[in-house]
Amino acid sequence: MTAITPDEVAHLARLARLDLAPDELSRLSGQLDVILTAVAAVSEVAAADVPPTSHPLPLANVDRPDEVGACLSQADALAGAPAAEDGRFRVPRILGEEA
Amino acid sequence: MSLTRTSADGLASAMAAGEVSAVEVTRAHLDRIEAVEPAVHAFLHVDAEGALRAAADVDARRAAGEPLGVLAGVPVAVKDVLTTRDMPTTCGSRILEGWVPPYDSTVVQRLRDAGLVLLGKTNMDEFAMGSSTENSAFGPTGNPWDTSRIPGGSGGGSAAAVAAFEAPLAIGTDTGGSIRQPAAVTGTVGVKPTYGGVSRYGLVAFSSSLDQAGPATRTVLDAALLHAVIAGHDPRDSTSIDAVVPEVVAAARAGAEPDGVRGLRVGVVTELGGEGYQPGVQARFAEAVELLAGLGADVVELSCPSFAYALPAYYLIAPSECSSNLARFDAMRYGLRVGDDGTRSAEEVMAMTRGAGFGAEVKRRIMIGTYALSSGYYDAYYGQAQKVRTLIARDVTTAFDQVDVLVSPTTPTTAFALGERVDDPLAMYKADLCTIPANLAGIGAASFPAGLADEDGLPVGLHVMAPALADDRLYRVGAALEAALTRTWGGPLSPPELEVPA
Repeated sequence: MTAITPDEVAHLARLARLDLAPDELSRLSGQLDVILTAVAAVSEVAAADVPPTSHPLPLANVDRPDEVGACLSQADALAGAPAAEDGRFRVPRILGEEA
Repeated sequence: MSLTRTSADGLASAMAAGEVSAVEVTRAHLDRIEAVEPAVHAFLHVDAEGALRAAADVDARRAAGEPLGVLAGVPVAVKDVLTTRDMPTTCGSRILEGWVPPYDSTVVQRLRDAGLVLLGKTNMDEFAMGSSTENSAFGPTGNPWDTSRIPGGSGGGSAAAVAAFEAPLAIGTDTGGSIRQPAAVTGTVGVKPTYGGVSRYGLVAFSSSLDQAGPATRTVLDAALLHAVIAGHDPRDSTSIDAVVPEVVAAARAGAEPDGVRGLRVGVVTELGGEGYQPGVQARFAEAVELLAGLGADVVELSCPSFAYALPAYYLIAPSECSSNLARFDAMRYGLRVGDDGTRSAEEVMAMTRGAGFGAEVKRRIMIGTYALSSGYYDAYYGQAQKVRTLIARDVTTAFDQVDVLVSPTTPTTAFALGERVDDPLAMYKADLCTIPANLAGIGAASFPAGLADEDGLPVGLHVMAPALADDRLYRVGAALEAALTRTWGGPLSPPELEVPA
């Protein structure tokens, strides 16, 4: 596998919505390289005709009756909010500067 | 009788017989916590008031002649990854510091319904990612056998609390070994039930297809009693198994009988041993297997060739699932928010918050997962890991056609020193070499005390795996081993008395 560059690490961090400091970026690029090289061992296994397993239980379409049950009150739902206003979550602007 | 050294089963009997009250039992454990926490740091939060109130309630109900659960009045510590509506739930992370969930997890609800007394929340690697509890944002936990060493992880707090006699019972969660590896290195019992055996509702998700909650205790019977309380179908978890819970308590009692494991077919997994395993670990493991053979078990060696690829497959699957699951920590609805100064956008606040709120290991795993799931790499990494997972499950199925249980050491070494592996993620990951296959296959597995390694005097665990939904076999083997070894030792092994400041 090819070495992972600090630029690629920065790109991944943007995808993952992680603000990383420059020293974190450089440390991570070294570590990710080592880890990804090690886990690439899975490619040694000849498994072209093997189906993937995403889950240990053979479950499909677990349903329940569509009935009204107990749910959180508005106050409970908002109790842990970093900011709330008028019974709603208050969030920073979601549109870009130019909008 | 020392209340803190008594088993949960013993405490339950004493309370039922009116020899001691739940309040006395709870107070004894709270006193012990106060005395040893400066050295151990197993807890992130202790709810002394709530515990005493719950204990008084049990005493009142008992006095009124109400029917009570078997473990009513027995204290329990809960890993800080399970939601509690009256205590903070931090997952060992700054991003959830101080967060009090608006609901109880099903496991916690069942503990309360059964009358158990919740002492508090135990320390853990952040979001259950780690094998040493050093990834907790709130400082590491010390191993009661030697507080300069790791208690294992991610559930080091639960294992240490039990080993240090701060609680007779604790709840852990296990994604790649986080109940079993801490049990091994602290000389305690840890059981990961079959996937789906215990509800994940309210268990903050790390890797949803692998996570499973289970008991951490000092005795095999106590683990079975706790298992019986928390297990069983829950409509709130769509992956919860709708089937009868295995007869774990009966198995724990039967296993301790003289013929407990006679005729049981035990398979020693070739791939999980040998080179890279500490001599003392190998020696105690070999002895445990010999002991089972001496009790009439039929021991064979067999190979699970795909297990060699379990570790790399796990370190693709778990980080991939974690990178998706931890996307919920977006600074909008609960938890930390950083940089919301009125000018920054939601996306900027999200990235700043996650950068500030997550620790190094969580960031590493999110990055690995993001990489493995990104277009162009998906098939080579995540897709291939899922195929390897199929091969591991097939190896397990084939093995269980020939034997009733599989055994190995729980972890290749005894407790290593705090700080020894923090800068070497791969070395840290190897602590889970033997425990990971059970998570990938979804089967039940457990670690039981097997004695101390000669070279360092630290605990070693015997790892047992059983087919899905046959968790009772784990208890049968564990109880047989426990009965035979405690006979040899003249009692259970206990850590040296902790240095308690006067």
